[in-house]
Formats: sequence, C-alpha cells, structure tokens
Amino acid sequence: MTRINDEERLGVLLRILRPAPRGWVEAAQELPGARRTFDEIVSRAEADLAFRAALVDDLEQALAAEGYEPDRRLLDEIRARLDES
Amino acid sequence: MSRFASASDAELVRGCRAGEQEAWNELVERYSRYVYAIAVRGFRLSEEDAEDVFQDVFTRVYTRLDSLRDDSALRPWIAQLTRRRCLDAIAARREVTAEELAEEGSTDLTDVEEAFEVREALATLSGNCQDILDRFFARDQSYKTIADELEIPSGTIASRIARCLGRLREQLEGRNPAGEGSRE
Repeated sequence: MTRINDEERLGVLLRILRPAPRGWVEAAQELPGARRTFDEIVSRAEADLAFRAALVDDLEQALAAEGYEPDRRLLDEIRARLDES
Repeated sequence: MSRFASASDAELVRGCRAGEQEAWNELVERYSRYVYAIAVRGFRLSEEDAEDVFQDVFTRVYTRLDSLRDDSALRPWIAQLTRRRCLDAIAARREVTAEELAEEGSTDLTDVEEAFEVREALATLSGNCQDILDRFFARDQSYKTIADELEIPSGTIASRIARCLGRLREQLEGRNPAGEGSRE
C-alpha cells in the first residue's frame, strides 16, 4: 500500500469511507431471507398454475393475499422471472 | 460483537457459503462503505442510482459467491462488480461518455482503495480510537457531539484525535516498513 506518513492525509482518507445509509445496509443484510422468499414464490408458481396466474394478473395483490411482503426489488425480480417463463 | 468481526475475507466467504447469516452480515458491514464510496465518490452517482447499484452489487455477491475462485480475492471482485454496475447505471442515464467516466472514476478509485487500507489499519486500534476517529472524520461529528455522546470532556477531544491518528500512522508504518509495498 501507499506509505502514509502525513496525518493530514490520513484524515482525508478516513473521510472517504463514509457510512452507507443504514437502511441500505440492513436491506443488503436481509438478502438471504429475501432470496429464500423469492425461491419459495418461484417454486410455488411453477407447481401451482392458479397461483402463477394470480401473480401474472396482479403480482402485488396476489402476494399480499398469501402473506408475503416483498420489497420493490424482489417484486421486480419475480416479475422478470414470470416474464421469462 | 459478531464472531466473524475479525475473520479474514476467505473465512467470511466460507461462512457465507455455509449459510451463516452472521458471516453475511459482517461481509455487508465490512464492504458497505467501500461499495458506497465507489458509487458516490468514484462515479459520482446520485443517491438514487447509488442505492440501486449498492443493492444490486450485494445481490450479485450473494448469488454468485460460488463463482469466486479465490476466496481471499473478495475485495477486487466486489470492486469489479461495483465498477461495472456503476458504468451500467451511467450508460443508462446517458449523461457522459464511458471514456470520460473511466478517466474520472479511476483517479478517485485510487483514493478509495487507499482509504480501505487505512480502515483495515484502523480496525486494529482500540475501540475508543476507532470510534472517535470514525465519528470525527467519517461522520463529521463536532467536538461537542462527540463529547456528549461519549461522555468525555470536550476539551480532550482534539488531543484524543491527535493521539489516535498518531497510533493509526504507526500502525500503517508497521504494516509497511520503509522500502516495502510502495505503489510509487
């Protein structure tokens, strides 16, 4: 690494890595759970044609009716997966 | 404190692959500032675009961890994923050319890389030093706020910061003896 002997320069470097917004960090930390939800919904949609039709018809309402509360990113991913299949 | 707090990157990766939520939490915590700095400082993305990049990078890290060939090469891999996603975001907005972005981004990313190494050194200092330097430099807290929140006399803040900066410098020098490791 670059040798740093100057404490003023150290201060500049310490200022660069500012904390990311806490909500972003927490959302990223919740990814494993969100992925499990995604996998579960996709599996159900593949096995249950009625459920899949409901998702295609109104994704958010169909998921809410089943007790899921996915965020926008997960909704986008499910929508993309439904469009693919 | 998480049992992965002092784990190496390779240990974190193995923990994540084994489905350990604590390992994943630590990985996100360790790299959140880095990804954020690349997006906002390096590529000057808006907060909205930076958030999309941030979440997408960690989604890719999580879903593609098995494709990482060298578990200890987590940082360059995350950097590469982040740079690509930043360029994608900018291309989608069509604000400037990719060439202009690459030049601008590469200059600032050098600082981000160096800053990450300073943070690694910071993590080896006492909790008090880590806290006070982070509050003052990275969180822009005033002497008064630091004094109030840490319940220490405000008149001692400047000297504490100077002392901790000195320790940080010594730590960096110890990691990098004269004549070794310079990028110059």
